[in-house]
Amino acid sequence: MSAPTVAQSQPVEETRQENWKDNERVLGVAMLLPAGIYVILLVGLPFLMAVLFAFSDVTIGDPALDTLTLDTFRRVLADPNFQRALVNSFIFTIISQAIMVVLANILAAALTRNFPGKWLVRFLILLPWATPIAIGTIGWLWMFDSVYSPIDWIFRNLGLLKQIGVGGQVGILKNATNMYWLGEPGLAMFSVILVQIWRMLPMSTVIIMAGLTSISPDIRDAVQVDGVGWWREWREVTLPLLRPILLVALLFGIIFTFTDMTVVYVLTRGGPPPNATQVLASWAYIKGIQSGNLSEGAATVMFMLPVLLGVALVMLRIARRTEVR
Amino acid sequence: MAVVETRGLKKHFGDVKAVDGVDLVIQEGEFLVLLGPSGCGKTTTMRMIAGLEKPTHGDIYIGGRKVNDFPPRARRVAMVFQSYALYPHMTVYNNIAFPLKAEKMNKQDMQQKVEWAAGMFNISHLLNRKPRQLSGGERQRVALARAIVREPDLFLLDEPLSNLDAKLRAMARDELKQYQRQLGVTTLYVTHDQVEAMGMGDRVAVMSGGRVRQLGTPQELYRTPTDTFVATFLGSPPMNLVEKDTCILGFHPEHILPAEVHRDVRDPLHIPFDVTRVEYLGSERFLYGLVGSAQGPTKIVTAIPSLVTMPIEAGQTYDFVIDRGDLSFFDKSTLLRIAPVPFAHDSARVGSTS
Amino acid sequence: MRLGRIGKATFNYAVIVFFVIFTAFPFYWMLIATFKNSSDLYRPANNPFIFNQPATTENLRLLFNQTNYGNFVLNTLVVGVAVVIITVVLAVPAAYSLARLAGRWGEQLGIGMFMVYLIPPTLLFIPMSRVVTILGLRDSILSQIIIYPTFTVPFCTWLLMGFMKSIPSDVEEQAMVDGYSRLGAIWRVMFPLAMPGILTIIVFAFTLTMHEFIYALAFVTASEHKVISTGVTTELIRGDVFFWQSIMAAGIIVAVPVAIVYNLFLDRFIAGFTLGAVKG
Repeated sequence: MSAPTVAQSQPVEETRQENWKDNERVLGVAMLLPAGIYVILLVGLPFLMAVLFAFSDVTIGDPALDTLTLDTFRRVLADPNFQRALVNSFIFTIISQAIMVVLANILAAALTRNFPGKWLVRFLILLPWATPIAIGTIGWLWMFDSVYSPIDWIFRNLGLLKQIGVGGQVGILKNATNMYWLGEPGLAMFSVILVQIWRMLPMSTVIIMAGLTSISPDIRDAVQVDGVGWWREWREVTLPLLRPILLVALLFGIIFTFTDMTVVYVLTRGGPPPNATQVLASWAYIKGIQSGNLSEGAATVMFMLPVLLGVALVMLRIARRTEVR
Repeated sequence: MAVVETRGLKKHFGDVKAVDGVDLVIQEGEFLVLLGPSGCGKTTTMRMIAGLEKPTHGDIYIGGRKVNDFPPRARRVAMVFQSYALYPHMTVYNNIAFPLKAEKMNKQDMQQKVEWAAGMFNISHLLNRKPRQLSGGERQRVALARAIVREPDLFLLDEPLSNLDAKLRAMARDELKQYQRQLGVTTLYVTHDQVEAMGMGDRVAVMSGGRVRQLGTPQELYRTPTDTFVATFLGSPPMNLVEKDTCILGFHPEHILPAEVHRDVRDPLHIPFDVTRVEYLGSERFLYGLVGSAQGPTKIVTAIPSLVTMPIEAGQTYDFVIDRGDLSFFDKSTLLRIAPVPFAHDSARVGSTS
Repeated sequence: MRLGRIGKATFNYAVIVFFVIFTAFPFYWMLIATFKNSSDLYRPANNPFIFNQPATTENLRLLFNQTNYGNFVLNTLVVGVAVVIITVVLAVPAAYSLARLAGRWGEQLGIGMFMVYLIPPTLLFIPMSRVVTILGLRDSILSQIIIYPTFTVPFCTWLLMGFMKSIPSDVEEQAMVDGYSRLGAIWRVMFPLAMPGILTIIVFAFTLTMHEFIYALAFVTASEHKVISTGVTTELIRGDVFFWQSIMAAGIIVAVPVAIVYNLFLDRFIAGFTLGAVKG
C-alpha cells in the first residue's frame, strides 16, 4: 500500500544549504549576546565605577574624578559608625538566617501534608511576600511603636507589662508600660532581625518546598518501611537530599540580608542613636546619598565584597559537586 | 542503487575517537543493522548520517548527493529515537503532521497523508490523543507513522525496541520488518541486541571501538566471523574460543556434540570435554565445562538439542566430536581470522576434575 | 519519640497555626487599621484588634484623593510588566544558549551569570544613580525599567538554564530531522515545553521588581513617578506625622490580590524552581 500522491509542495532545493538558522555557533552567540551585553554594561561598568569612587574623593558637591587616594578608606575605617555597622551586619545576617533556615524547614515540612484549608494557609503565609517590603516594614513600625504597639497592649493585658494609668499592676517582664522595641539597642536589633525573618520566610519556605518535592516518593516509602523516627528520617535522609537546595536558599538569603538596607532604614534608620542597628548598606546609603559623600559610601560598600566573594566560592564548590553527581 | 554511502567517516570528541573510519554502503530497500556494544560508535555514526553531528573527517552521500554541509532538514531522512521523542504538547495527529507542516503542505494533502500513515500502523483511532495517554507500543507506532509520512529516502532507527517490554519485543520486531518490506524504505537500524540484528538485518555491520569489524549477511557473520570480537559478540551462547599453540580455535556451541551422537561427520576432530554443569532449558541443554588448551583447562559451553536424549552428568568427561569444517581459526596476536591450521588431533588432555 | 497519626496531625496543625499567626497577624492588624478611626487608633489602652469606635472609610479617601497612590500603583504595574518583558526577552534566549549551545563553556558562563546576581543593588546603587543622572533619566520610571533587569536577568537566566537542561534534547533533534532549522526547533518545541519555567521567572521577576526599594528611592524623587514601595513610605509620612491607616490601606490593597495570584501559581512556581535549581 503506497502513499497517496500529493503535489510536491516545497522544493527541497531551496532549503538545502545551511544558513544562519542552523548554525549553532552563530545562534549560540546571538542568543547570549543581548543578555551578556546588558549585564556587562549595566553591572560590570557600574561595579568598576563603584571601585573607582571608593578610591577617590568624589562627592555630590565635587563629582570630578580627579584624585585617587586611600584616604577615603582610612576615614571610613576609622569611623566608629562604620565599625559598628560592620559588626551589626554580621550579627544581623547570621542570626536572622540561622533562625530563618530552621523555621523555613519546619514550615515547608508542615506544608507537604495535605490538610483542609491548605489553600487559605498558603495565602496567609505568602502575605509578607506579596506586598512591597517597605510597606510591610512600616506595619511593623507600628507594631513596635513606643506608645501604641499592639504587642505591648497584649503584654499589658497578660501582666507582662505595667498597665496604663495610675496604680496599674507591676509588669512581670518589665516595669514599664511599653517595651520600647525600637528604642533600646538590644531590643532594636531583635526587632530588626524579627522583621527580616518575617519578610524572607515565605520565599525561603517555597524554595525548600521545591527541594522537598524533588525527593522521590520511593525514598519516603522506604523510610516508612524501615520504621525510622521523624528526627532520624530528617537528619539522615531528608537533609542530605535537601543539601543542594538548602545551600542555595541559605546563600541566597545570606547575600540578600547582608547587603539589604530596607528593613533597617525604614524601621530604625540605623538607630537607636547613634548606630545600634546600623548595617553596612544603610550606612552607605546615609553617607553616600543623604550626606552626598559618594566616595565614602562606595568605600563602605566595598567591605561587602569579601563576604560576597566568599559566598561565590562556596557556590562554585557546590556547583562542582553537583556536576560530579 | 546505493542510497547511503559513507567514506572514511570519523568523529573525534577531543581525544576520544568515537568513530574512527567507517565505510558503509546501504543499498536501496535494504535493512542494514549497526550492531555493537555501547560506546562502539554506532549511534554517533547514525547521528552523523542524520546531520545531528558534524563529522571530523569523511564524506556522507545520501541519494547520490554529498550531504556533509546539509542540515538535517535537507537530507530527506526520517529518524526514530530510542525515546520516540514525541512532541508532548501536541496531539498524535499534529505529531504525525509535523514534518509535513515543515514542508508547508496544504491542509487537505496533509490530512490525506497523516491518515494514510496512521492507517499503516493501526493508530487511526488515537489521532486525538496526547502522547502521555499512550502506551509504549502505541507511542512507538506514532513515531513510526511520523517517520514515514514524508516518504523519506532513508529511515534511521535508534534502538526503537529497547523501551518495550520483552514480550512485546518479538512481535514488534516482526511487525517492524514487515512494514519495512511493505514500504520498501531503505533503513539503517542501530542496536546492541544481537538477536534483533540477526533476526532483522539484511546485512549487519558489527562495530567496536569506532570501526566496522565486519559487514555482511547474518549468515556470513555467524559462519565466518572476521575476528574474535565478532565471533564472541554474536550467538547466544557465543562462539567458544580455545587457545592452541599456534592459533585460537573457535567453534559454536551447537556444532560440537557427543561422539556417540555425532556420527556422520566428514572430518571429525575429537575433543575430550569435562562437564562441570548441566542446564536443562527445555528445548536444549547447555553444558558448561572444560577442554584442554595451550593455557590449561578452558571453559566452554556446548548446546545439545532436546532431540538428543543421551544422558549427560556433571563431573564426567565425555568424548565430543566436531567437524573440522565447522571450526574457525584466528591469529593469536591480531585476533583476525586466518586459514585453517592443520593439526592431527587434540592432544592436550584435561586433568580429571572429579 | 513516636507520635500516633492523630498526634502527628495535631502537631502539624499547631506548627501551621504558629506560622500563620507570625506571618499574617500584622496583616490582620493592617486590615483593621485601614478602617480605624484616628481617635480609636491613637488610644494605647484600646484593643488594637477590634473596632472600639465605628469603622470609617476616611483613610481610604485620603489615600486615593490626597496622595498619588493611584499613580504609585500604576507606575508599579508599568515598571513590573516592562521589567518582566525585558527579563523574558533577555533571559530566555540566553538560557537556551547556555543550556544547549555553549558546550563546556555553558557550565562556566552559567555560573558566571549566577555570580553576577550576587553583586547586590546596595553595592551598585551609588554609581548607578550617577549613571541615571548622566543619562538624564532622573525622576523617570524609565530609569527603573532599564536598571531593574540587572538583578532579574542573571538569576532568571540561571534558573531557566537549569530548567531547559532538564528537558531532553532528543525532541528538539527530532524537530530538526523532521524539517526545521535549529531556530525553528527552538521556537516550536523548546519554547512551549519551557513555558512552566518561563512562568516561574515571570513571577520571580515581578516579585523582585515590586519589592525593590533602594534604586527606586535613589533614582526617583518626583512624586507622580514613584512606585508603591517608595511613594507610600515618603508621601504618607510628612516629617514626623505618619498617616498610619492610609499606609496600611496601601499595603493591604496590594497584598491581597498579589498573594492570591502567587497562591494560584505556587505549585507551578515550585515545579519550575525544582527543575531549575535542583535538577539543573
